Amino acid sequence: MSGEHLLARTDEAQLYRDLSRSNLVTTWKWFAGAGTLALVLLWGIGVFVYMMMTGMGVTGLNRPVFWGILIVNFVFWIGLSHSGTLISAILRLTHATWRAPILRAAEAMTAFSLMVGGLFPLIHLGRNWRFYYTIPYPNERGLWPNMRSPLMWDAVAINTYLIGSLTFLYVGMIPDLAILRDKSEGWRRMLYSILSLGFRGTHAEWRRYHRASTLFAILIIPVAVSVHSIVSWDFAMAKVPGWHSTIFAPYFVVGAIFSGIAGVVLVMTVLRRVFRLERVLTPLHFDNLGKLLCMMSLIWGYFYFAEFLTVWYNRNPEEWEVFSSYGKSYLPVFLLMIMCNFVIPFPMLCMKKVRRSIPAISIASFLVVVGMYCERILIVTASLARRNDPFIWHNYFPTWVELSITAASFAMFGLLYMIFSKIFPIMAISDIKERLFHTTERAFGGASAEAIARVEEGEEEGSA
Amino acid sequence: MKHRWAMAIDLDRCTGCGACVVACTAENNIPVVGEEEAGKGRLMHWIRVNRYWEEENPGARATYLPVPCMHCQRAPCEIVCPVYATYHNEDGLNAMVYNRCIGTRYCANNCPYSVRVFNWYDYQWEKPLDEQLSPDLTVRSRGVMEKCTFCIQRIRRVKDKAAGEGRKIKDGEVQPACVQTCPPGALIFGDLEDPDSAISRLFKDPRRFRLFEHLGTEPHVVYLKRRKGAGA
Repeated sequence: MSGEHLLARTDEAQLYRDLSRSNLVTTWKWFAGAGTLALVLLWGIGVFVYMMMTGMGVTGLNRPVFWGILIVNFVFWIGLSHSGTLISAILRLTHATWRAPILRAAEAMTAFSLMVGGLFPLIHLGRNWRFYYTIPYPNERGLWPNMRSPLMWDAVAINTYLIGSLTFLYVGMIPDLAILRDKSEGWRRMLYSILSLGFRGTHAEWRRYHRASTLFAILIIPVAVSVHSIVSWDFAMAKVPGWHSTIFAPYFVVGAIFSGIAGVVLVMTVLRRVFRLERVLTPLHFDNLGKLLCMMSLIWGYFYFAEFLTVWYNRNPEEWEVFSSYGKSYLPVFLLMIMCNFVIPFPMLCMKKVRRSIPAISIASFLVVVGMYCERILIVTASLARRNDPFIWHNYFPTWVELSITAASFAMFGLLYMIFSKIFPIMAISDIKERLFHTTERAFGGASAEAIARVEEGEEEGSA
Repeated sequence: MKHRWAMAIDLDRCTGCGACVVACTAENNIPVVGEEEAGKGRLMHWIRVNRYWEEENPGARATYLPVPCMHCQRAPCEIVCPVYATYHNEDGLNAMVYNRCIGTRYCANNCPYSVRVFNWYDYQWEKPLDEQLSPDLTVRSRGVMEKCTFCIQRIRRVKDKAAGEGRKIKDGEVQPACVQTCPPGALIFGDLEDPDSAISRLFKDPRRFRLFEHLGTEPHVVYLKRRKGAGA
């Protein structure tokens, strides 16, 4: 079962050219786009340095709202990171054959949004230059970080997830890097030779590769689920009305996957258009992701309802005050959240026409991303603004400093993605080839459909 | 010598004059932030006097509630600090190490009493106001949390003095600035380890209550309820 069969079936050179367009052609538009993003990012870095030198007073924070949209951004980006690895790991384990063109884009999104999100806890520190106090290493201060603090759990979880998903991304990319090595020249050839670790595509290598990627997929799922549970515990473990809730862990995981899938749809739309991948990223993929998104919208709606119901039913005055502020000063944010997360996208995504229309599903996904951002604003700032003691209640509005840093985080994500797409294979070439290899067109009556033959892991073992 | 410092606040006596706030500001090198910053909710006061209005105009009546750090026995701020910048010391005080603080502000979020304040800027004392800074404690830099310490510098001084003279600390010998200043004597401070102290008696007073008692933080500050009656 070597590569030759595949060559016989499809024009490999054409496939490679189509899938690697992002690596092969660099237009002035790319430089213009990357340059703009780099400028925004530089501005954000400048603003951050200004904030660090002056003090956190330049933000809109106050007592009692000690955490503002910088922490909202943190939850938002970590939430977005849940799409990729989780989608590709689950789809790999369930042998969903349509996954191949989505894999790489989603996994890269995970890695980059984690990198961006992980910066925010550091950005929002009062004394950023002392961040290393939280790192557990034997030091001259004779101090060890406090492992009872949910922030420490967070740091451990996010670093584990970052390392895990980077490894997942890299291991999945090795066969593709080998293909690139064979096709490229110059510095790219050097780079890919090193990164592909001498992968030659022998039977034994493929078997090891498949076993490793299955193992990684199994290992990464509990990490992904636990990361957002732990992010939620930053809030749920605190004695803040509106945060102190047992439902928070699954609720945050659902919210993360929800916004993550929406993020993947948006990224796919952009990639499809920019790198002309219309033949690979077909409406089928958007349809399938749309179904997932529709289901997550339902689950999210249920969790939100359940959270409201328990607070409404027990009428704990402290918690009730937080939720009633949603109807007062936070009403615009609340309405935006409900509309964007449930009322509009759910009926939209129930319709096959919408799911199969790429502009329509992109709009739905964009709404979901906006809605989930609003949800986190409500959770983080509204709960703090209505703390236990009414005497110190105070509203919060971000300043230009926080908004600049937020804009810079989007620019950083975009820039990382753009650079990645120039250097690394953005489409999982070998997975797509594998899928084509297993696929034949079968006629069912008048119509034809894809029929997929697959060798089970166990059967292959016999020959080993 | 073991101590367990505690405070009682008699709401029958409190007139809401705010002298405790002024005394605390002067004693503890607390920056005065000005009107604009105060309007943004960034007062640095370690003790505040909450004012709640009962009934609407014209029958409006104000109730005052001085709120210092509660020095909880089970302090929610301590467990969430990733770097042990806030911890429980051997005297039962909830202490703060400014040098360790990196400014996550998690402790402030987790304090149900919201008594922790954050240094939003490097605050300046214009000349000659810098002359009145107390040399007994640091001027905090930007980016660290701070809060009421029960005037730990005064506790230290009395402890040293008593140890030098080889005697026990007398009841009422340690007085935080707010307690010393309070004109109607609404604030009472003392050592719960001393069974004969005034504070030990007040901790058994039938009028006593603790703020947000249902949260289980077990504060070292108790309040004595206002009695409704003639002239109240």
